[in-house]
Amino acid sequence: MEKIIQPIPVAQSDLAQRELDAMCVNESELKHPWWYNLKYAAWGVLFGIVFVKAEIVSWFRIQEMFRFESFHMYGVIGTAVMVGLISVLLIKRTKAKTIYGEEIHIPNKEFNKGQIYGGLIFGLGWAITGACPGPLFAQVGAGFGVVIVTFLSAWAGTWVYGYFRDKLPH
Amino acid sequence: MLETLKQPWPWYVAGALIGLTVPYLLLVGNKTFGISSSLRHLCAACIPGNVKFFKYDWKKEAWNLFFVGGIALGAFIAAFFLSNPDPIVLAEPTQEYLASKGIPDTTQLLPAEIFSWEQLFTLRGLIFMVIGGFLVGFGTRYAGGCTSGHAIMGLSSLQWPSLVATVMFMVGGIIMTWFILPHLLTL
Repeated sequence: MEKIIQPIPVAQSDLAQRELDAMCVNESELKHPWWYNLKYAAWGVLFGIVFVKAEIVSWFRIQEMFRFESFHMYGVIGTAVMVGLISVLLIKRTKAKTIYGEEIHIPNKEFNKGQIYGGLIFGLGWAITGACPGPLFAQVGAGFGVVIVTFLSAWAGTWVYGYFRDKLPH
Repeated sequence: MLETLKQPWPWYVAGALIGLTVPYLLLVGNKTFGISSSLRHLCAACIPGNVKFFKYDWKKEAWNLFFVGGIALGAFIAAFFLSNPDPIVLAEPTQEYLASKGIPDTTQLLPAEIFSWEQLFTLRGLIFMVIGGFLVGFGTRYAGGCTSGHAIMGLSSLQWPSLVATVMFMVGGIIMTWFILPHLLTL
């Protein structure tokens, strides 16, 4: 039998590039106008309200969590994981499709040493700033202007990682 | 109704809504939940330089930027229109500990003693904001995700590398809180 070697389509190699070390990449064949993205913005708004109203963006709550003096943050994250887990199971079980009829695909995460070193580095930063990346956006939105500095620094950190990526152990 | 919304929301309500982000994003657009990637997309969009890691079509990931933009807007709405007039009820031991470190005021989202423009140019301010932020941005990308991408999305889809990352987040946070912060807070 003759084997047909097909070149990798451009879109697919770009997907591979974006998938690198990222959890949130999916290739959709659908082309939509920009305002279709408003449904993500809308959920983001709800998310931001939850962040502030449940005090998840509070530096003090993160202190409590790491000092094991309150159940609050463990309750939030634990419930979120349980709800997410059941949802993913249901989606897989029912073979649910997206609202545009596409098959739902969850990319697998490959293990590399970055999850150890990077995780440790992020953990150190999380306890100092009292914020993971999401809450950084929320703290700025909630009126803490100075957190823009923390945010710009996080942005720089991501850039520096990208620059030295090939030299770091993975 | 509005009065109820203004009260602090309990953990199970917040947790459930955050958890529902996972199926929402999958169902409306086949997206997997993750927030720290937005920082990478911003690099790719604004300052890709000559770095391979940032050379991709970031516009295909624009949804992520809409999502984080929404987070900032939602936080604004909550802080200015739904805010709870009472101070946050912090666990007593945490409160006592922080007071002993010179942070008696726990009424705001962040301790004003540390996070303010005046403090930015002190050694302590520099460490908490500039270095802290850098560690968050560098670490999350090195780990390939943050609390949302690994702890919530990753664990929800039973990916063991995400469990490793989540455990390391906690280890890093515990080391900082128990062994390093006590010195940094009193700088």
